[in-house]
Amino acid sequence: MSSSAATSGLELLEGSTAIARAAITAGCRFFAGYPMSPFTGLLESMARLLPGSGGVCINAQSEIEGVNMALGASAAGARAATGSCGQGIALMQEAIAETALNETPLVIFNMARNQQDYFQCTRGGGWGDYRTLTLAPKDIPEAVEHTQLLFHLADRHRIPTILYGDPLIAQTRIGVRIDPLELPPLPAKDWALDGSRGGTGHSRQIWTWAMGKATDPGPGPDRHWQAIAEKFERIGAVEQRSEGFGLDGAETVVVAFGSAAKFTAHVIEELRDAGHSIGHFRPITLWPFPGEALARATEHARRVLVFELNAGQMLDDVRQHAADRSAVLPIGGVSIHESGLSYGPLLDVPVIRERILAAMRGRRRLAARAGLSAGSRG
Amino acid sequence: MSEVIATDRPPEGAADRVAEFRPSLIVGEHSLCPGCGEPVALRILLETLQELGIVERAIGVVGHGCYGSFVRIMDVDVLQCLHGRAPACATGIKRVQPAAAVFTLQGDGDMVSEGLAEVLHAAARGENITCILLNNGVFGDTGGQQTATTVLGQRTKTSLDGRDPVSHGHPIRIADIVAGIDGVGYVARGTVGTARGVARTKRMVRSALETQLAGKGFSLVEILTMCPTGWFVGAPQGPDYMEQSMARAYAPGELRVSLGDER
Repeated sequence: MSSSAATSGLELLEGSTAIARAAITAGCRFFAGYPMSPFTGLLESMARLLPGSGGVCINAQSEIEGVNMALGASAAGARAATGSCGQGIALMQEAIAETALNETPLVIFNMARNQQDYFQCTRGGGWGDYRTLTLAPKDIPEAVEHTQLLFHLADRHRIPTILYGDPLIAQTRIGVRIDPLELPPLPAKDWALDGSRGGTGHSRQIWTWAMGKATDPGPGPDRHWQAIAEKFERIGAVEQRSEGFGLDGAETVVVAFGSAAKFTAHVIEELRDAGHSIGHFRPITLWPFPGEALARATEHARRVLVFELNAGQMLDDVRQHAADRSAVLPIGGVSIHESGLSYGPLLDVPVIRERILAAMRGRRRLAARAGLSAGSRG
Repeated sequence: MSEVIATDRPPEGAADRVAEFRPSLIVGEHSLCPGCGEPVALRILLETLQELGIVERAIGVVGHGCYGSFVRIMDVDVLQCLHGRAPACATGIKRVQPAAAVFTLQGDGDMVSEGLAEVLHAAARGENITCILLNNGVFGDTGGQQTATTVLGQRTKTSLDGRDPVSHGHPIRIADIVAGIDGVGYVARGTVGTARGVARTKRMVRSALETQLAGKGFSLVEILTMCPTGWFVGAPQGPDYMEQSMARAYAPGELRVSLGDER
């Protein structure tokens, strides 16, 4: 291959390796995980790369142990992370809620098998009033950026953050550069445990109930959890991220996230070239969902088509925020590769084009039915 | 301390006198039941941290049980962690702060019921942490239900006719199991039912922490503690009851020692 401006300085890397290197570039110094496809490659990359960078990677005996190890490392001030796919992250839910409620920053890599973890990422399965800030990159270069951003946001807000990847991001290769992201400085972690205040009456404490010490009382659960809820409300307002094109006056708006959005964007560019009035909207943060931007983007739309590879999860958020709720129509569906470990035949440009055109011809019912029966097609 | 205490009437200042024995790292009154053994174990631990001169690099990880309320009165850095997961959190802390003296405080419900995997794997990794198990054979915090260490025949609210191995299985001798794992530096079992037991247990806690400081691997001290409320006996009967029940099933003593003659 000849070297060109577009490819100079690029390294051909598997997504998992690129993400591991991005994490280390971001200052991650602790990782613990348990193998599960397609997350395994990230664990292997961390095990290979972290020790040489002054960090620690531990083979956890379970996802539960892994996430609690990472919580401990973070409580002691290190940038720490864990990961799995949705099935393993299901086991981590209690600890993810705990990190939100005791304000320990943590990055969780969900190298998922498909898009069926949208609810898990954005709603969570732990207890309490918390949210998990989730970034869904469309490809490996964006995952490299998001990884660094997530460590920053986790520290800045003292929250758990999730990278929602998939097999296309974890297990394919692309020419990529691991450029350090320019991010504003953060305050020192004066809350982190190091023992140094022991015996002073003001020793440090990390506790979901925030009771404090007899000599230094904390706010207690009532005030602490109210403050946590208010914090997530603030984050929800300031951290929304999205992108789109062709939205100005578009009759049809297609909404998709993650790798799927790369496919839909391609189809929509083709359809726009053919003269159709159609635009593309991609939530980059799944939580906070970019609701205000979606409301603006769909202001003039006759139809808002939601393409996601699940039975309709982001659909709830789109319906909540679209300018006209009745214009929202699902055109995705459950579609799983026969291995169970990746996407099925629905993630394919001709299939997506067909579904969008069917919906644009007003064949709503047909498109909807096609969406629900996707798993049995092809 | 030097004033003469009158003995011809009840000592008015008795409470103050007792308080003077409180180590300075205990900064408030505990809220546990009369006759509970856990505050004794806390005092042993905190006094030992002071005697070893490691208070300013001590980090505790406290699980869930009655002793969880100690987080409010112990003046050392503490992570209050999820039920059963203290050895995992302690691992994360120790790996990023190797110079810290990292200990866990866990009950039998926490360590042996909910968190058995975490303690066994931390031991097998030879993590340089010290786990303190407060074993009273019941879930004290929830009011006296059966745990993994409830001894055979013991009545609890969830084994009303006494723990019967056919219905409820056998108790787990966690210290004996951990003592058999490679990578473990020190394991001992003590009691706080007698003054002698307290003194002996304190030496065990010291040996465990010294093992950690010497980088000799994982250390565990199982401390049998009275729970008269959870055992449904009067507070004064706690120590005797413990000697006749738990201490027979769980023999006190050192089970694994790796710091040798240099000590």
